[in-house]
Amino acid sequence: MEWEVVIGLEIHAQLATKSKIFSGASTAYGAEANTQACAVDLGLPGVLPVFNEEALRMAVKFGLAIDAEIGLKSVFDRKNYFYPDSPKGYQTTQLHHPIVGMGHIDIELDDGETRRINVTRAHLEEDAGKSVHEGFSGMSGIDLNRAGTPLIEIVSEPELRTAKEAAAYFKKMHSIVTYLGVCDGDLSQGSMRCDCNVSLRPKGQEEFGTRTEIKNVNSFRNVERAINAEIERQMDILEDGGVILQETRLYDADKNETRAMRSKEVENDYRYFPCPDLLPVIIDQDYVDAVKETLPELPDAKKARFENDHGLSATDAAVLAANRDLADFFETAAKIAGDYKLAANWVQGDVSAALNRLEVGINELNITAEQLGRILQLIKDSTLNNGGAKEVFNALVEGKGDDVDGLVDSLGLKQVSDTGAIEEIVAQVLADNPKLVEGYLATPEEKRGKAMGPFIGLTRKAAKGVNPQVVMEVLKKKLEELG
Amino acid sequence: MHNKTIAEISRDLAAGEYSSTEITTDLLARVKDLDKGLNSFITVTEEQALAQAKAADERRAAGNATPWTGVPMAHKDIFCTKGVLTTCGSKMLSNFEAPYDATVVENFNNAGAVSLGKTNMDEFAMGSSNETSYFGPVKNPWDTDRVPGGSSGGSAAAVAARLVPGATATDTGGSIRQPAALCGITGLKPTYGRVSRWGMIAFASSLDQAGTMTRTVEDSAMMMNVMASFDKKDSTCVERDVPDYTSTLNDSIEGMTIGLPTEYFRDDISAEMQQQVRNAIAEYEKMGAKVKEISLPNTHLSVPTYYVVAPAECSANLSRMDGVRFGYRCEDPKDIEDLYCRSRGEGFGNEVKRRIMVGAYALSAGFYDAYYKKAQQVRRLIKNDFVEAFKDVDVIMSPTSPTPAFKFGEKTDDPVAMYLEDIFTIATNLAGLPGMSVPCGQVNNLPVGLQLIGNYFDEARILNAGHKFQQATDWHLKAPQGIE
Repeated sequence: MEWEVVIGLEIHAQLATKSKIFSGASTAYGAEANTQACAVDLGLPGVLPVFNEEALRMAVKFGLAIDAEIGLKSVFDRKNYFYPDSPKGYQTTQLHHPIVGMGHIDIELDDGETRRINVTRAHLEEDAGKSVHEGFSGMSGIDLNRAGTPLIEIVSEPELRTAKEAAAYFKKMHSIVTYLGVCDGDLSQGSMRCDCNVSLRPKGQEEFGTRTEIKNVNSFRNVERAINAEIERQMDILEDGGVILQETRLYDADKNETRAMRSKEVENDYRYFPCPDLLPVIIDQDYVDAVKETLPELPDAKKARFENDHGLSATDAAVLAANRDLADFFETAAKIAGDYKLAANWVQGDVSAALNRLEVGINELNITAEQLGRILQLIKDSTLNNGGAKEVFNALVEGKGDDVDGLVDSLGLKQVSDTGAIEEIVAQVLADNPKLVEGYLATPEEKRGKAMGPFIGLTRKAAKGVNPQVVMEVLKKKLEELG
Repeated sequence: MHNKTIAEISRDLAAGEYSSTEITTDLLARVKDLDKGLNSFITVTEEQALAQAKAADERRAAGNATPWTGVPMAHKDIFCTKGVLTTCGSKMLSNFEAPYDATVVENFNNAGAVSLGKTNMDEFAMGSSNETSYFGPVKNPWDTDRVPGGSSGGSAAAVAARLVPGATATDTGGSIRQPAALCGITGLKPTYGRVSRWGMIAFASSLDQAGTMTRTVEDSAMMMNVMASFDKKDSTCVERDVPDYTSTLNDSIEGMTIGLPTEYFRDDISAEMQQQVRNAIAEYEKMGAKVKEISLPNTHLSVPTYYVVAPAECSANLSRMDGVRFGYRCEDPKDIEDLYCRSRGEGFGNEVKRRIMVGAYALSAGFYDAYYKKAQQVRRLIKNDFVEAFKDVDVIMSPTSPTPAFKFGEKTDDPVAMYLEDIFTIATNLAGLPGMSVPCGQVNNLPVGLQLIGNYFDEARILNAGHKFQQATDWHLKAPQGIE
């Protein structure tokens, strides 16, 4: 039978607020256990939540970025369940009145097609703490530093059809929230986590099949792999005439398989009700408009501009626009150089290579966009040749200086284009290497092009920064004179 | 000295008649002597009290005393107090020391008040007789075979027995007014949002409100001057100026319109009880007030509504008492499930468990609309009754409770009978209105309370009306036998 895959993602993104959603404690990652949990985060008797308006502003910003309806009245509810790292015995979330309603994003597929994926909603909620199972001799430790960190849970419509699409969707969301600065996007620290709902149905059937939920997948690659593994598992069962159990599963990246976490056959009854400690959050259109004013140019718009206004290819534009820091770096350098294509080549070439080699982000690289821009400028006005430019670039990356023009001087990279000066150097090179000249002259006419190579190398060695174009011409002339 | 009111002590301290240390020492001795029989305190903080008294005396000497500096009082054990046990009357919190002070406690500390300790209460404020306290029932000073009312029975009994001139309390469905009535003292529950709930252990968050237990209305006004404040830490606290509640106590009440809801003068309330309340109304008429019969047609729905809303909220509020981070934990838990089940099973008393179960049921899938949602709709109707009524009247008056103090055990096997104790007080909480009980007579030597219900944030007016009544009568001066 032919099966259709139905995928929906629930992405949890931690909002980049300084303090927690309902308390004044810091949200910084990596502190000693339980040092960033105040009485509110610990759920002590008598404490009350106070809503952090910064979290509201960020959620609204996100909603506007995905062209969603903004909930002018949103309401916090209590979701009741017992779990050791949920200190109050309930999670404060938004059930019926989320801050962000129906919106959408566009994802690009490999074939260059664009697909619009609808986003059902995004609501504000608090993160839980963490249970630590190692190092407590058979017991569990609880770290509540993360408890109360603001999250938006972004729920997609079940419109994704392949694991690749799901990964592209996750990537695009990552790109959007980091562009907006509402989430730091650090997947390794759990700043963004993805739950994947996967089900299969016979092609043409309208009714959904039974779904499973793969919890907490935390990389783009694993989203794709986990979903594919789950599709395969479900298909095997269905092809054999079996039934899928509605359950929560975990992805084991080492074995590339999903396994059941806990059965949801008996649906958990969370006994939601409006939180009586928090007033409904009421905002007006003026507030929304003011937040709209602060929206940066988003990846899609930036990509289109790179393509249409600056002549970049669709692929280059997409790669450069996907990450805001990289895009900013690129564009700053491009503007200084006055050449977007040249800058695009450099950023995707040497800059990307350096980032990969050093395993750092663009802002941690030892070279600024301004410095790269200056290097490109010097290429453009022929002060530097390509090799010289790379040398300056590498010197900067290795922290050997920070003044581009100074480095050009101290490394003697200034390109010599003056024909008279080059003639002198070439004459010297030819005089110093009579055997090579002999060999050259003995070379048949049609192979002389190649045989000129050693002279070019020697000339450039003798005088760094000679313009190779000019060297070629002078050499050709001089050798012809000889033979 | 123990018969002195807060106002009198404040004046005496200012005049140098005696020091805070002297009256604090005197009252601590009295607590030691009398409270064995009453059990109104869970924790007596003798050392801290004497230190606070000493600090108060020094502050006075330094010339920056407030009207409260050096005045002794006590806190209901529902308010968190830094470094002192806060048990909420439960085994669950029998070892709980809060690392912070409730805003109410902080306000009194800042004013220089001296706290003698923490008063007994029904477990997690769930009860109308103080019989659900893990620390044993409080006895009514008027008759120690009888209950003091609840849940703030400890505060009411301590004030009635002249152990302290005033105490904080909380009221979710009548927990200030009913024990005040049964112990013959004055109890005020302010408008919801008037006093911060920060640090007040939640029973039902949308109904809970802190208030006062005193012998006189004047003292209640003095307490309100300290307690009422805007607090950013409580999102439901209302930002609104706090008037000087003592400044309007003596205003004339001539022309004031009193509404008497027919639904509150029911046939099943004894004729003697009703007579005491009628006598009080007659007193008001003598002072120039007008009386108007009114109707609050949804009154009969208030008890059932309350017993959906309050348990629902408490079922979530009490989830944090799980034995994991603080409070009671069972011995040798096998796993986390066992730790939860036994810690909660052993830590909570029966009434608390009953309400958690009722609440969880009311919120469960498939029942939510029929119970919780419906209750919220009815709650609006009840509120609207009052909004309508206050278009025509200034104050609503009624009996505070259907009966005077009853005997221990009389209603413990019949939860519904116990719940009906709050039949006249509960609607006020559902509507969020301020209410007060003042002593207005006696039946069989037991005090009877008159309830005054005011419009939103109109505490000053009911305090004014209550004070005028106490100027004209002496019910509030009567003390239980053997207490004088």
